[in-house]
Amino acid sequence: MEDTIASISTSIGIGAISIVRISGNEAIRIVNEICSIDLTNIESHTINYAHIMDKDEIIDEVLIMVMKSPKTYTKEDVIEINTHGGINTTNKVLELLLEHGARMAEPGEFTKRAFLNGRIDLTQSEAVSDLINAKTDASRRLAINQVNGKINEKINNLRDKMAKLISNIEVNIDYPEYQDELQITVELLNKELREIKKELDKIIEDSKNGRIISNGINVAIIGKPNVGKSSLLNALLDENKAIVTNIAGTTRDLVEGSITLNGVAINFIDTAGIRETSDVVEKIGVDKSLEAKNNADLVILVINNNEELDEEDKKLLASADENTIIFVNKSDLDSKVELNLSNYVKGNTLSLDGIRPLKEAIISKFSLDKIMNKDMTYVSNLRQIDLIKKAIMAINSAIEDVDNNVEIDLIEINIKNAWELLGEVTGKVYTDEIVDTIFSNFCLGK
Amino acid sequence: MYKIIVVGGGHAGCEAAHIAAKMGMKTLLITMNIKNIADMPCNPSIGGTAKGVIVREVDALGGLMGRVADISHFQIKMLNSSKGPAVRCLRAQADKVTYPKNMLKELNNTENLEIKEGKVEDLIIENKVVKGVILDNGEKIESEAVILTTGTYTKANILVGSKSTPSGPHGEDRSNYLSDNLKKNGIDIIRLKTGTPQRIEASSIDFSVLQEEKGDDEAHTFSFDLKPSYDPTKQRSCYLVYTNENTHNIIRENLSKSAMYGGYATGVGPRYCPSIEDKIVRFSDKERHQLFLEPESDYYNDWYLQGFSTSMPEDVQEKMVHSLHGLENAIINKYAYAIEYDAINPLQIKPTEENKIIENLFTAGQINGTSGYEEAAGQGIIAGINAALKLQGKEPFILKRNEAYIGVLLDDLVTKGTIEPYRMLTSRAEFRLILRHDNADLRLREYAHELGTISEEQYARFTKKKEDIVELKEYLTNTKVEINDETRKIFEENNIEIPTTNMKALDLLKRPEINSKFLSKLIDIPYSKEVIEQVEISTKYAGYIEKSYQQAEKLKKLEEKIIPEDIDYKKIINLASEARQKLEKVRPRTIAQASRISGVNPSDISVLAVYLKKEYNK
Repeated sequence: MEDTIASISTSIGIGAISIVRISGNEAIRIVNEICSIDLTNIESHTINYAHIMDKDEIIDEVLIMVMKSPKTYTKEDVIEINTHGGINTTNKVLELLLEHGARMAEPGEFTKRAFLNGRIDLTQSEAVSDLINAKTDASRRLAINQVNGKINEKINNLRDKMAKLISNIEVNIDYPEYQDELQITVELLNKELREIKKELDKIIEDSKNGRIISNGINVAIIGKPNVGKSSLLNALLDENKAIVTNIAGTTRDLVEGSITLNGVAINFIDTAGIRETSDVVEKIGVDKSLEAKNNADLVILVINNNEELDEEDKKLLASADENTIIFVNKSDLDSKVELNLSNYVKGNTLSLDGIRPLKEAIISKFSLDKIMNKDMTYVSNLRQIDLIKKAIMAINSAIEDVDNNVEIDLIEINIKNAWELLGEVTGKVYTDEIVDTIFSNFCLGK
Repeated sequence: MYKIIVVGGGHAGCEAAHIAAKMGMKTLLITMNIKNIADMPCNPSIGGTAKGVIVREVDALGGLMGRVADISHFQIKMLNSSKGPAVRCLRAQADKVTYPKNMLKELNNTENLEIKEGKVEDLIIENKVVKGVILDNGEKIESEAVILTTGTYTKANILVGSKSTPSGPHGEDRSNYLSDNLKKNGIDIIRLKTGTPQRIEASSIDFSVLQEEKGDDEAHTFSFDLKPSYDPTKQRSCYLVYTNENTHNIIRENLSKSAMYGGYATGVGPRYCPSIEDKIVRFSDKERHQLFLEPESDYYNDWYLQGFSTSMPEDVQEKMVHSLHGLENAIINKYAYAIEYDAINPLQIKPTEENKIIENLFTAGQINGTSGYEEAAGQGIIAGINAALKLQGKEPFILKRNEAYIGVLLDDLVTKGTIEPYRMLTSRAEFRLILRHDNADLRLREYAHELGTISEEQYARFTKKKEDIVELKEYLTNTKVEINDETRKIFEENNIEIPTTNMKALDLLKRPEINSKFLSKLIDIPYSKEVIEQVEISTKYAGYIEKSYQQAEKLKKLEEKIIPEDIDYKKIINLASEARQKLEKVRPRTIAQASRISGVNPSDISVLAVYLKKEYNK
């Protein structure tokens, strides 16, 4: 029985559809947990329409291709999920699979399994072997580069802390009659575990900022026709002429142009061709606007100050969430809107001063001013984030065990698991580490 | 002609000779001194954490240590009883006179087994195959296989202060040439060191000021076949002693006189049994160190001072002992000493304990770089079984890491080697939740039955237990605990929350505050203690145990991928060079074992797996 592995198998950022692939005997169970249809008795080699769900929230509308063992690429159960959202949605789908028990596939791992399970014939094996070697070497280098010195140090410090805890528990177990040695108690564990959890949570929080720094923030400007979306975009971009480019890459959606705020790229994505000034664009309705939200980290919803709210405005306003900034445009004109909201920004596109409030709102929304002042210790690699998240889950289980008065040697299982997962983040795997820690920290024996 | 010769009558030798004879091999056990069969030259106890599990594993496999300990102790205790079931363990204070006597009786009653006094100094080796042994008087004795269990006797030196005396433990004769002769045949010899503390005269100890440590009120046995044969109220006690500032000062002032610190010793000592001078130097901020006084025998008056082993000269030892509260007037019957000895590099043995260089030569116990009576016994029984299987032309018997502590022990030794005497610890066993002392029979008796090392009577008892466990589980699933006035009262009396509805007994048992003892107040449980224990553990810890089995299952596939013995690692082009070197040195038996070698990375394992598939279609 091997792990069930998952990864995005299309090139990231290229093509309108991304495929997330998962292989292993848990594949069907895992996908079943995150999709809207029941896959348990589904026929093999079928394509099924479904939603990917994070609890009650719909993440994406997808096609799920179920292929049962053995007639599959890896000879294991394989599911391919065709996602329609951009990179963020696809990543989210992958993250959900990982949360539900899959492991991030190593480079070349699907092919390796295909070979080891006898799917690929021997003539291809040399190429496979080279491939695995090349890819693992590359990933090894990658792993070293991506975990920079500071994060490495941070995680290693946490691991040392955990190793001391584990070895102390081990000493209590292996030398139960040494009454002078510190006895690990529930109170002590409670305190230590919560501290460890806090620090791990912080690393994940920072990693979000990290991704923002490296990928930028994708912004969609939405609103009903004639509220001034294109003039807003022009105003934002014109100020930074030098950076107006078409960057295809980070998302499947074309980036219409970028500006930088406090050193972070703000990418305006072309959700509905808002730059075009022709009437065609302005015809694009509310539904399209709402759809655009899927691909964005931030949505700027534009409302016209000079017009009373109509049904369409209201519908859009109702969809606003924590990732939305409501921009009341044309503040230079008479105000005819009545907003029962406390949270909106007023401005216009006529001058720099007119759009300044909007920029400030973006900066404060993502704490961009704070990010740049922090040291750049963050993890940006999804595999590592996955490992750290799993470590947090293990620590949570340990905390739960402590609350349930579980025996100390059983609580230790989860702590050790978390410690091992963190070891994989930094590439530190050394089996006798705990035994070494026991004897360097405790004084025992005949 | 003998089938198998076992050299050495210690804990490894006894088990090896006994089990091989039981498997129908005509066996000769050669010992230098028949009075030293199953001698305990160091601590007077059998079992303890992790080690106690090994004792039960030896018993489950049909060995002797557990049953002999059961009739030879004056105190027995369950350690870690307040912790989880995986780490509970028995430890007995064994009588150093009774234990060897009872062991010798068992050996004398073993069919196919002869015992002979003699000193083996060389082996008969033809074309890299062992054919027998040569004694110091020139006598040659032929056999088809040889098992060396020579303990700490090979080229041993006893160190006290600056004095180094060629001698085995407590003044016994040593083997002078055996290790040199092994070396000539290409076997890699390493030098190790261990030590033992002072023995104190009973009448000179002031027990009134020491803290007493008693045995358990409840009676226990190691063996799955014996009922307790002792009176728990008549056990002897151990005592706690502490070092103090004065003791530490004496040691610090005389440090240069110690064999270890004065630079008179060459062997590497174990970190888990440091000498007292080691403790003072390395943990200088500790105000005191805990010591134990343990009786050695009912037949003489020595008390073993655990925790005080040293290689200081005699006069310093006198001062050190007298500085201890309760031992101010102590008479030292035997001084502490360090002992250095030759061992073989365990990387040169297979998991069957057969030597990689010389065929049909097996080694077990301290000669393989371990420490401890129990570790020796565990290896002894495996060497005996595998020597017999080899001569019978059968498949080897190798216990996996998820099957037994003995499996962990041997896998560690042959995969990682060792630079200090290896001691078993629970932390070395990643599957310890499965490797419990209570289920050693469930793990191993089926194997023992196949091997023919347990009797039909023993097997029938085991089968009955297994059936009872299934039955009891069913019974508890089908039995409802009614919540009525009578049962409510029982819950209340025990301060346990009353369930709102009637409940299945098994579901009730899952609740953390409820144990089988309480449950038996509510319903009748007509099964033995051992059977109830199994059901209780598997019910209460189901989640954790299931996880362990899943992890073990994952490993299984890799354990089944056997690497051919003739593999040429030089031909695998994509291996990293460090991995190639390590693999050539260890020559792992399976992909799983290969993955445990430090310096062999997952990518190397991938490359190796792909190569095996291509070249051998494995």
